[in-house]
Amino acid sequence: MPQQVKILAVVFVVALTALTVVRYISVPDTFGDLGHYRAAAVDSIAVLPIYYAGERACLDCHDDVYDDKTQAKHASLACETCHGPAVMHVEDEDSLPHIPSEREHCALCHAFQPARPNGFPQVEFAMHNPLDECIDCHDPHAPLPDLSEADCGACHGEIARTKAVSHHAELACERCHTVPDAHRETPRQVRPSKPSRRKLCGECHDRSSSADDAIPRISQTEHEPEYVCWQCHYPHFPEAR
Amino acid sequence: MELYAHLHQVLKQIDGFIYPNEVELHWGMLVVVYPYLTGLVAGAFILASLERVFNVKEVQPTYRLALLTALAFLIVAPLPLLSHLGHPERALEIFLTPHLQSAMAMFGFVYAWYLAVVLLLEVWFDYRKELIVWSRSESGIRKWLHQLMTLGSTDLSDDAVRFDHTAGRVITIIGIPSAFLLHGYVGFIFGSVKANPWWSSVLIPIVFLFSAIVSGIALMMLIYMATSILRRKPVDMSCVDKLASFLFYALIIDVSLEMLDFIHRLYEAEESIHILSEMISGKLFVSLFVLQLGLGTVVPLVSLALFSPVLHKRALVPVPDELRRMMYWGVAVLIQLGIFSTRWNVVVGGQLFSKSLRGLTAYKMQLLGLEGGLMSGFLLLLPFAILAFLIWLLPPWPEREVTMEEVARARK
Amino acid sequence: MQRIDASVDTSTKRLDRRSFLARCVAATVAGGPALLDILPVDASEEEQSQPRYGMAVDIDSCIGCGRCVDACKAENGVPLEPFFYRTWVERYRVREDGVEVDSPDGGRQGFPSADAEQGQSQSQSQRSFFVPKLCNHCDNAPCVQVCPVGATFTSEDGVVLVDHEYCIGCRYCIQACPYGARYLDPVTRTAQKCTLCYHRIKRGLQPACVEVCPTEARIFGDLNKRSSPLARFFRFHKVQVLKPHLNTAPKVFYSGLDGNVS
Repeated sequence: MPQQVKILAVVFVVALTALTVVRYISVPDTFGDLGHYRAAAVDSIAVLPIYYAGERACLDCHDDVYDDKTQAKHASLACETCHGPAVMHVEDEDSLPHIPSEREHCALCHAFQPARPNGFPQVEFAMHNPLDECIDCHDPHAPLPDLSEADCGACHGEIARTKAVSHHAELACERCHTVPDAHRETPRQVRPSKPSRRKLCGECHDRSSSADDAIPRISQTEHEPEYVCWQCHYPHFPEAR
Repeated sequence: MELYAHLHQVLKQIDGFIYPNEVELHWGMLVVVYPYLTGLVAGAFILASLERVFNVKEVQPTYRLALLTALAFLIVAPLPLLSHLGHPERALEIFLTPHLQSAMAMFGFVYAWYLAVVLLLEVWFDYRKELIVWSRSESGIRKWLHQLMTLGSTDLSDDAVRFDHTAGRVITIIGIPSAFLLHGYVGFIFGSVKANPWWSSVLIPIVFLFSAIVSGIALMMLIYMATSILRRKPVDMSCVDKLASFLFYALIIDVSLEMLDFIHRLYEAEESIHILSEMISGKLFVSLFVLQLGLGTVVPLVSLALFSPVLHKRALVPVPDELRRMMYWGVAVLIQLGIFSTRWNVVVGGQLFSKSLRGLTAYKMQLLGLEGGLMSGFLLLLPFAILAFLIWLLPPWPEREVTMEEVARARK
Repeated sequence: MQRIDASVDTSTKRLDRRSFLARCVAATVAGGPALLDILPVDASEEEQSQPRYGMAVDIDSCIGCGRCVDACKAENGVPLEPFFYRTWVERYRVREDGVEVDSPDGGRQGFPSADAEQGQSQSQSQRSFFVPKLCNHCDNAPCVQVCPVGATFTSEDGVVLVDHEYCIGCRYCIQACPYGARYLDPVTRTAQKCTLCYHRIKRGLQPACVEVCPTEARIFGDLNKRSSPLARFFRFHKVQVLKPHLNTAPKVFYSGLDGNVS
């Protein structure tokens, strides 16, 4: 065997041994136990400190507030949604969490934004009692003021405002929508009805209708009979194109 | 906070919508330098293999020089990566617990294979007889270094020298696909990221490889002509003309592949086409159309086609040697610029658009710090310093090669 | 009275019996496994006790208040600068001429109210909505695939985590995530992302973002348990995942996902 090959073989064996030794010294103990990672990492992540105590922790002492809240509109809010991380208060009673009282706090959720889902209670903050604090009228744990007399526009503000400047301004919401009383209590579970037939619009707009003459008329049988009216005419602002 | 000043500046330069975490561009200048350096390694080595395996006699003067160049650049190649890591001190983990599914982890072994088995062994076999002969007649530190590098080898018999030659040939033959793998793999590290439509492509490893060959040949042209000037030796025109013709053919293949990628993208017009078009016609316009395509590809192609004997024995527009040499200087420099821009366009370009495909961000390079521009500049110059040292240690010039008579004399 | 000729076709009888038995065997072989499915079989102890965590997001309920983003940063010590998010909220405004998407400071302080946007001329708006985003804890996570050292991994309960003492900060995982869920922690200089509040869920608490969401737009649970809130959610909502064509198998499911969400 050529001398070169012998020399290189020795070099190779020495290098391989050195690498193997380094590997066995350096690789962490728990590596590979559960997968291609250091199993001890899972445990060290699992014991990181907690800052939000969780609603159950508040319930232990503040059960009265909790009971009010669960029967009111803010039932789906955790205490810490408004009060921020409160674990230090759980450990030390005197260390109080944040107690928000300024308007900007409520605006985070309740300021009117078109992207917010329909039916979510929103107000134009600049116009809604701008000189008062929200909590003057709304108890944060039971925020709903008595709404039995309120009109639909209290929650459906955008629709109400749009309709108010349209030809349908004088029309009551109930003219076209049947609104069960329960809708005011559980708005998402109990919905008002929406019209499903052209005939409803025809009651005023058909040539044969006995409504006011000033109302524009069409012949229901001839005017686009294969469509429903609101595919083209937005009912809350019918004059728009 | 000063730490985030550059990120706040990026915030002001965002077009459209990007995911909030995309404000910080993660793979910057250092990660552009890295494929540029490995590309030069692959290119220089493939050039060297032309002489060894395919017996292209004209480029013989550059053979050992190309080997040393490849070695110098390969030594520096991992440094930009090391500097870029969040924890360079943990870098060894890539070799200790490599994740076999990760292209980056496997690259560590491709690199190690190439460095140890291809380059170092090749250099050792090629210089072995010189090392023994030189160490016997020298003194001082050179003697000790050369003796160390012989690894204890003393055999100068004809059989041994012939074995060196055969071994070198075999290693070069293995080395060619290894060089392909070295730089093609870097392309695969990008090409396998399905989350990024600019990178994710089957062609990226091939394009990377051919642009590497182009840059390597151009680099050797530069280094050969520069060292000839420094040594006050005449430039062998048949050598550089041959280099130029290989450069020309490699450039043709490279530009064809890039055009294929471009046309394919435009034709299929997938979802990402809108934001990518916006990017290359805006933020990437200069680096792509002016530098990479214009100055880096079209100008060299036309110059070589016209003034160099690449298509026939005589150039289409024959010019005197001196002018042609100057043209080669210009072409080689433009190609370096062009290939560097290519790496920039891939690495930074892939991060300038959001993965939401709805917006573009900006790259604010910092000057100082481990990831800054100064560090990148230093790492681009370092290989030349190492090459200078290697040239001193292992002179690659044909006149310094040990002849068979000197070997016979030293045997006694 | 007919005489039954016992001698006739006794061979047929035997064949019948043989073929009948053969058919029985065939039926058992074919139908047996089916029978086993009907019979109540106890899953192995291991399969039942190992949770597989996931999350659901109800886009129709999200009001874009940003409490989740704020709580996540507070709970997990994420720097408040607007460059690092484990979760964030995007707002989509679909108009006749295109879609506008924004996420100011990840939505952490809410979105500018309608008052503040007076005077921005826009074509007719069709619809707008909020989309909370977070790490999808993919079952086929590309980030886990590309990590060169094994510093990011999927735990046995399905949560994708990062080992901060092992990560070398190469940022390949950040490049590989199609959802932009990862960032480089400026303090530890390692990759970082949503952990589903692993330290909370292991102690029986909800992730911080789920805890504070005022409209229950985020639902967390164990995909393996029929009693988890996720199971109920899946019965009542048609769900989608983000970028399904990439086959990352996310475990965050969206109800009400619009086609424009990227």
